[in-house]
Amino acid sequence: MIASEVIEERVQIPTAAESLSKERIAYLEGLVSQARTAAAVFTQYTQEDVDRIVKAMVLAGLAQAQPLARLAVEETKLGVMEDKVLKNMCATEFTYNYIKDKRTVGIIREFPERNLVEVADPIGVIFSLTPITNPTSTVLFKCIMAIKTRNAVIFSPHPYAWRCCSEAVKIMYEAALKQGAPEGVFSCLESHTLQDNAYLMRHKDVGLIDATGGPGAVKAAYSSGKPALGVGPGNTPVYLEKTADVSTAVVDIIVSKTFDNGTICASEQTVVIDDEIYDVVLKKFAELGTHICNEKETELLSRTVIDPQTGFMQPMAVGQKATDIARMIGLSVKPGTKLLIAPILGVGRAYPLSVEKLFPVLAVYRAKSVDEALKVCIDVNHAGGLGHTAVVFSRNDEIVRRFSAVMNAGRIIVNSPGSVGALGAVYNDLVPTFSFGCGTGGGNSTTDNVNIYHYLNIKRVARRTQAHMWFRVPNQIYFNLNAVENVRQFPSRSTIIVTNPSMEQIGHVDLVRRNIPEGTRVHVTVIPDAEPEVKVVMQGVEELNFYKADQIIALGGGSVIDAAKIMKLKYESPDADLEELAAPFLDLRKRVVQYPTAKVNHARLIAISTTSGTGSEVTPFAVLTDKERGQKVTLADYSLTPDVAIVDPQFVMSMPKGLTADTGIDCLTHALEAAVSTYASAYTDCNAMQAILMAFKYLPIAYEHPRDEEARTMMHSASCIAAMAFANASVGVNHALAHAFGAHFHVAHGRANALMLPHVIAYNAAIPTKFVPSPYQKGYVAHKKYATVADLLGLGGHTIEEKVKNLLGAIEQLLDQLGFPRSIADLGISKEEFERAMPELTRLAFDDPSWRSNPRMPLMSELADLFWKAYAGRGPAKVASATQLQTV
Amino acid sequence: MAMIAVWLKIDEERVVQALQEAGQKLDSVEGEVALDFSSVRRIDPSAIRALEEFAGRADDKGVKVVLRGVNVGVYKVLKLVNLGPRFSFVA
Repeated sequence: MIASEVIEERVQIPTAAESLSKERIAYLEGLVSQARTAAAVFTQYTQEDVDRIVKAMVLAGLAQAQPLARLAVEETKLGVMEDKVLKNMCATEFTYNYIKDKRTVGIIREFPERNLVEVADPIGVIFSLTPITNPTSTVLFKCIMAIKTRNAVIFSPHPYAWRCCSEAVKIMYEAALKQGAPEGVFSCLESHTLQDNAYLMRHKDVGLIDATGGPGAVKAAYSSGKPALGVGPGNTPVYLEKTADVSTAVVDIIVSKTFDNGTICASEQTVVIDDEIYDVVLKKFAELGTHICNEKETELLSRTVIDPQTGFMQPMAVGQKATDIARMIGLSVKPGTKLLIAPILGVGRAYPLSVEKLFPVLAVYRAKSVDEALKVCIDVNHAGGLGHTAVVFSRNDEIVRRFSAVMNAGRIIVNSPGSVGALGAVYNDLVPTFSFGCGTGGGNSTTDNVNIYHYLNIKRVARRTQAHMWFRVPNQIYFNLNAVENVRQFPSRSTIIVTNPSMEQIGHVDLVRRNIPEGTRVHVTVIPDAEPEVKVVMQGVEELNFYKADQIIALGGGSVIDAAKIMKLKYESPDADLEELAAPFLDLRKRVVQYPTAKVNHARLIAISTTSGTGSEVTPFAVLTDKERGQKVTLADYSLTPDVAIVDPQFVMSMPKGLTADTGIDCLTHALEAAVSTYASAYTDCNAMQAILMAFKYLPIAYEHPRDEEARTMMHSASCIAAMAFANASVGVNHALAHAFGAHFHVAHGRANALMLPHVIAYNAAIPTKFVPSPYQKGYVAHKKYATVADLLGLGGHTIEEKVKNLLGAIEQLLDQLGFPRSIADLGISKEEFERAMPELTRLAFDDPSWRSNPRMPLMSELADLFWKAYAGRGPAKVASATQLQTV
Repeated sequence: MAMIAVWLKIDEERVVQALQEAGQKLDSVEGEVALDFSSVRRIDPSAIRALEEFAGRADDKGVKVVLRGVNVGVYKVLKLVNLGPRFSFVA
């Protein structure tokens, strides 16, 4: 790319096919049609076919490396024949070595662990511009890439390199045809105009433009509206740092800058040398056949090899020998001088030699410090070389790191020649190329060394992966009467019992205290019997710190256990930001805010529940009220799960009837929502189903006969078992509605759940208006799950519809038995008041994270509809007959 | 007008020749001509040109061309060169 245009382009390629004759258009159309047919036919070829053709082409290219190089030098008058031979050999042999074992047909890569497969598709017709500086090598390289990827190419060589390029195309084409490549796979414009290029760049059947040329060609390619690979100009800065191996560095720079008389755009342009080694470096250059210009000579060079009007290099110098350039400008040098070195004092228009010079003239700059050196390299980089190549010679990794960080270059070449290094596969493991992507800095779409993967459309075949799931509960759960005695087995130096006043009054605190091992220092922290507040929690944390607690026993309902969870969190990780930890998330494992793992204290949390509903003793959730800010903070993380849960019915024997009903329905709702949750698994289903069975059987008994030990035991366990299900499968839209309604109208959570439950089941069992994406389940199964519940409860029914209706009837019957109000209207809330609240209710319900695992994604209008259904209410008979279930 | 269908088997080794022969028979065809491609695994650019010519001649004579047994690879090639709409395809 690059220098081509020293000669041709400061002229823009036209953006439209102006003034093309009919005959010319017919000619161009013929080329495209032929290429399109060849590309279409090529899609039938196998990898083996392609590899066979490629090998034959590579051998043909190698055999013709010298004649092509000779032809290129004769025609372009640029570069060094011997170097061009090497370039042709690199373009064939090194490219082949890189691509020979790579798959480019069909499946090219497989990632079994990710269930991903990549499949290659050819692009079709590629329109390719090739440069004057590397004419034949670029053609050889592009032909090999095209065949390897089953594409057809129409070449548009630089006008001053047409003969050698068309010969290279011919050699490649004939070799390919002999091995069965499709007729017409390569063609070369027979003479061309900029209008031809414009026409082809915009042709509907051209799939990609690969423009290796000057800035004009690259810009035209990118402006055409077609996908394009265009590579920009360079201006390679080199930092020769004081720790470098000077002998190697000097030879590498000479090798690179004189290679093909400096026509490779990645070659070194300005070498910034540390003050400490500057003189040694220049002496070394001089010893190896380089002419170091004095001030006057530098000024002469600046005036002659750089166009004073444009500030760009003069075409007459491009690709010429140092001695020829010296002769042209009247500079006296020794015979055999390889390189002209010109010391400069800065970068920019005032220092003409600081720009790209595609000939053996090298600027050098003496830097007084690393910072100065880096700044000058940045200046050179920004003086026409953005995105291209930068070179550093240093033994100091920190210098290499700093240099790499500040250079805007697709290739940072370390301790090796810039030009040959950037070509790849010789001095390093870069991908071999004759097209350097220069990223956005150079106005390109890639920073890569362009190679076969840029000539392919790569399709990713993504198979459904089996979602990772989990089942996390406390390490130890003790249940049944006197389970509290298990507290004895946990040694502790200092235990804090967190509880509320009523627990002390009815003797539950003493009961726990009696079971704490002797010698343990015990302190009781009593908190109000309400949703925990930030202030209360922080007071608790102070006490934990004061007593240096190593064990916390939470004794109470959900509020107390939630408070204890947060106290433990703040005690162990004082820097935990509760507000930040409450940030919303969609998937626990991918959440943005992570819970702290570093802990300054450690305390075991034993949760003893005194109600049979929330199940907080086994869940990873905690709710906190921030009264000062007037907001609720919901925390969710498995690190909040208590270490030990005690499910002892003696703590719930005295629960009043109303609380028994409210908490019991909360338990049943947890289980029913977990059962149909999109996160449900076999692990949560067994818990959910068992809890439903137990609740239906024992809740009415516990309600009617509060002292029934078996009923209390079973309901207490049902609550814990349901919580294990929803701790892992979460809940659903019923909870979202109940949270919003309960908060707005100050209705107990269980009661609010009860009002919504039948309507939500009917809603979830119907065909969703909107399905919710769930990688965890196959198909829509909520209605079937409800039918399974009905079967489990022995409710009868032959079809899914019948079973769901029977389940609804059974739930209505249970709610009646427990004395729940059957409608929101029954609570004395007027229709007008409810209507006024509706926008707020639907907003709150929609914002509630609970419904995210609901099997049916609720629309706002549907949430409102559910609220209104709950407002009107329905009796059991009505539900059974009137529910229109549209099961799927 | 009576419909006269002509059924021609295309041999993979001589697709171009077979299509030229088929083209000569178009004069005697009214209605449609069916070309059996079931033994053709691949086609090359010359076959595509022959198909284009054949389709043109068939169009001129108002004869519908049905390709039978075209494999997926060949079908894709015909699609890529915009020949798909010129033919009907049957399994």
